[in-house]
Amino acid sequence: MMYVIAGFAIWVLGWLVNLYLANSKWSDYRAMNLAIPLIFGLTVLLMWECFVIGFEVNPVFLPRPSDIVLRMAIEMPRLWADFVQTIIKGALTGYILGGLAAFAIAVLADRSKFLTSGVLPVGSFMAALPIVGIAPIFVKWFGSNWESKAAVVAVMVFFPILVNVVAGMRDTTSMQRDLMRTYGAGYWPTLLKLRLPAAMPFIFNGLKVATTLSLIGAIVAEFFGSPTVGMGFRISTSFGQLALDMVWAEIVIAAIAGTAFYGIVTLLEKGVTFWHPSQR
Amino acid sequence: MKSILPVFTIIAAVLFIWTLAVVPMNMHLTADQAQRSGAIVTPDTPIARKETNGFVLALKNPHLIPLTYVGKRPNLPSPHQVAVEMFDTIFGKKITSKRSLVYHGWVTLAPTLLGFAIGTLLGVLLAVGIVFSRVMDKSVMPWAIVSQTIPILALAPMIIVVLGAAGIHGVLPKSVIAAYLSFFPVVVGMVKGLRGPDHMQLDLLRTYSTNNAQGFWKLRLPSSTPFLFASLKIGISASLIGTIVAELPTGAKAGFGARMLVGDQYGQPILSWAALFAAALTAAALVGIISFVERGTLRKMGMKPA
Repeated sequence: MMYVIAGFAIWVLGWLVNLYLANSKWSDYRAMNLAIPLIFGLTVLLMWECFVIGFEVNPVFLPRPSDIVLRMAIEMPRLWADFVQTIIKGALTGYILGGLAAFAIAVLADRSKFLTSGVLPVGSFMAALPIVGIAPIFVKWFGSNWESKAAVVAVMVFFPILVNVVAGMRDTTSMQRDLMRTYGAGYWPTLLKLRLPAAMPFIFNGLKVATTLSLIGAIVAEFFGSPTVGMGFRISTSFGQLALDMVWAEIVIAAIAGTAFYGIVTLLEKGVTFWHPSQR
Repeated sequence: MKSILPVFTIIAAVLFIWTLAVVPMNMHLTADQAQRSGAIVTPDTPIARKETNGFVLALKNPHLIPLTYVGKRPNLPSPHQVAVEMFDTIFGKKITSKRSLVYHGWVTLAPTLLGFAIGTLLGVLLAVGIVFSRVMDKSVMPWAIVSQTIPILALAPMIIVVLGAAGIHGVLPKSVIAAYLSFFPVVVGMVKGLRGPDHMQLDLLRTYSTNNAQGFWKLRLPSSTPFLFASLKIGISASLIGTIVAELPTGAKAGFGARMLVGDQYGQPILSWAALFAAALTAAALVGIISFVERGTLRKMGMKPA
């Protein structure tokens, strides 16, 4: 009972602190924009901890945050092996392969106006489809190791990247293209010096959408067959053993990896498209 | 409308490549079967065949090529096999039958729509809260953005089992996942939309001495409509994907996801492929309906899509 009351007290306290901070005169400082969401997150975690103890929730349904942290500390080597297998070998390889393929197809399709106007609608249609459904088929084709996961990821990230590269390469004005022509630039110099740089904001948009997709593809594909290592494998087997703290530990890792991957692509975007109005 | 011809060209090209790929993908299986039923196959041992590439094998045994298109358990079914299977299971069976794709489609569609409705409603409410409350904006909004980078979909099957153990069965567990996935796109899109009106417009309303509620109903909400539709389109396809993944490894007995898995486990790949394409058509139809409503609504309101 004590813990339930403590949980509510933390809720009220966290809310009041944030209410004060958000309406205070410092609320526009950068540190505050970081501190307020952090306080909110911490409040939620503490409430979670208190309510799980207070209401005596079975750890099979919902483990305590402290259990999860403890489990992460103990199982670090195993979590690292899973991370390498799923994120580095599966997701990252697939992401790079799918991205390169999308890029190549987009540049090829771009040579003809006819192809471009066909690729765009078909690609954006495919991007909305439940492509994860191919996971069981691909595991059968490419075996249960990371190759099949990379293949699933490559197909999943292909369409959003393709659509964005094609759309981006159309995003130059005729004035700009005419200027290149007055300089006597042919197809390749125009492509490399004008159209690809101009397409970068679009391309990074596609690359960012694809980061999350790649992790989802790699993890979900492991549910259909994998060696005895990997995040999807660990999630489904730990779940079978009712070791929910391990499941949550993998989720925390996936969340950190997903956010970091997204963050790295965003940083790259900042460096490459520094000229774009949205970055200034 | 003028893009119809290019679109069909692309689709035809894809179907053509698919049809060509069927031969090397299925050649080994077909050769094994043909030899068992007495046909002459070069090279004549399965081991020697295993070491030859599918293309080479097809060139050495041209008389077997037609057989690759009619195999019962192909590695890669040909387009016409999938089309026939889909036609059979959609139109050829009673919709109450367990073998009807319409039945399985409804099992998947019902939680998708329910979850989508819940997720959209909650998303719009949270967006309104974020726009009008500084605290919520500062504390919740960053998490809403970060949550989009987290592969939470991978958890879907576990959530189903946990809710099942807690005594919640049927449509609801799958709807929870569908709702969660459509929730954040709607929040992010609606916050953008509700913040859309610029200072001039807000100032104009202030000179009319409107209060916050009037400003919301007469300016912010109407101007957020294009953003709402853009996020609804993302949300509905995310909901459908969520429901299907939730069905995949949880031993669900019906639905597109269950159908894909059953086809895979019982060696009936044509069944999996038919379910996959039926799911794709459903997703396309859902997005299409929203686009249709969007076009009508925006035209009536005199706006352009976001």
